[in-house]
Amino acid sequence: MIKGNTKANRTAKWLVSGPPLLFLLVFFVAPSLIMLFTSLRFPGEFGGLAPIAAPAEAVHGEYGLTLETYQFFFSDILYAEIFLKSFAVAAASTLICLIMAYPLALLIARSEKRFRNLMVLLVVLPFASNFLIRIYAWMIILGPESVFSHFINALLGAFGIAPVTLLFSPFAVLVGMVYVHLPFMVLPLYTNLEKHDPALLDAAQDLGANAWQRFWRVTWPLSLPGVFSGAALVFIPVLGMFAVPDILGGTGDILIGNLIKDQFLGTRDWPFGSTLSIMLTLAVLAITALAAWFARPAAIPER
Amino acid sequence: MRRSNIWLWSAAALAYAFLYIPLIIVVVYSFNDSKLNAEWVGFTLSWYVALFNNQEMLIAARNSLIIAVSASFLATILGTMAGLAIHRYKLKFLPLLVFTPVAMPEILLGVALLLFFLQVLNLTLGMISIIIAHTTFCIGFVAIIVRARLQGMDESIFEAARDLGASPWQTFRLITLPLIMPAVVAGALMSFTLSIDDFVITFFTKGVGEPILPIQIYTMIKIAVTPEVNAISTLLMLLTLTMIIIAAKLDSGVLRREAK
Repeated sequence: MIKGNTKANRTAKWLVSGPPLLFLLVFFVAPSLIMLFTSLRFPGEFGGLAPIAAPAEAVHGEYGLTLETYQFFFSDILYAEIFLKSFAVAAASTLICLIMAYPLALLIARSEKRFRNLMVLLVVLPFASNFLIRIYAWMIILGPESVFSHFINALLGAFGIAPVTLLFSPFAVLVGMVYVHLPFMVLPLYTNLEKHDPALLDAAQDLGANAWQRFWRVTWPLSLPGVFSGAALVFIPVLGMFAVPDILGGTGDILIGNLIKDQFLGTRDWPFGSTLSIMLTLAVLAITALAAWFARPAAIPER
Repeated sequence: MRRSNIWLWSAAALAYAFLYIPLIIVVVYSFNDSKLNAEWVGFTLSWYVALFNNQEMLIAARNSLIIAVSASFLATILGTMAGLAIHRYKLKFLPLLVFTPVAMPEILLGVALLLFFLQVLNLTLGMISIIIAHTTFCIGFVAIIVRARLQGMDESIFEAARDLGASPWQTFRLITLPLIMPAVVAGALMSFTLSIDDFVITFFTKGVGEPILPIQIYTMIKIAVTPEVNAISTLLMLLTLTMIIIAAKLDSGVLRREAK
């Protein structure tokens, strides 16, 4: 075989990788850098940005750049609270997704081969519906006149508890987050569980392990890489989500995403909006690194 | 059946119910002869009729179709190239650029592109900016599908073609492209679905001009919920369902051929 570096091959390499590289440099890397740059600018008087003035007539220092927005972010406890709340919502959604997805993924992985693809397809299929519609469906279910709300309130009434409003509450936000992201948890879990060798469980059984021990000592530790990749796939989008709190949440249920949205489409404070986006990016990077570290193939524990 | 299996089955059944009941409710209410999404009154098609008489909605649907077709066309070409390049050559930078937009929260790409379009390109936000934005995140999905297909294939076919004197272009056109075609089409359909469904990035890059489908739906949900939302939802579900089924058929067709 003629190996690699002929001239034709090098040309081919650039022809194939060049166009997507160029497109993403212009429409992904450059915009990200612009966002970083914008976070250092001064806001304009009527929204947007203050012009970068020539040094002589500069109002805001020599280059018109500042770290003020970052100082502002760290000086007001409100923003730390919203970030913390977003992390809490993301963690809760991830946990609930895990609890719901694990049995499902396990069942699919242990089903007969010919049924598996169909069962996976059934998990993905709700994604065939529009994202907004999936959220909207819960507006109907949790609405004050819905069968579900009447049922819950009748149940609460039986215990002498005052009726509750389900819609526009933190509960509704959590339900929406879990609903929208559940398949992201099922798929990596299934991919992992499907590879487990059933002989391991037989061996554990022969050695006297009961069903719970077989799960907790064999299946669960082996599935951890799947758990962590699923967790990252749920946690990260939930962290930046604004549509679910926007539609299902009340006025108090604001998360990072809503805060960012407001800076751009409400108050039009671009520098602060960019700063919030940069902080979110840093959070996402940290979580990705953590998940990648945890999800690395587990070394066989030594005895 | 073992006892643990019964537990598994009931937990899984609950999860499936959780996934499907909300969507079934939307579909059922789209035929309900009542302005409220509360009790069942009787069967009607009037919400569909109302939808087809809603001029703005029709324009929005047309715009969204134009965007989805253009974005998936661009993303399929660029994504296929990226998938091929990442599979064939040891590249460090390109995979990072291709897969990051897929992995990060959508709002970040939306914000970054909004700032970029307004500040650098001085582009009035509209159809063009949305098409570019959708292409940016769809490239990754196409690349993932194409690359997965390539990873499943026997490398010796390409080596054989080269040994027999085929140029890189001939190898691509006569060997590689026909083999990855199902993945390319699946990627195109996936991009189309993602584009027509996308709300977050569209929301940031739409500007104030033309009506776009997800934005229309958002406005309807936020301001005045009428069962017309249920009707458009049901129609969209049908459309994307068809796309997904075609894509799945193509993909599994390839799998079966390989298994032989």
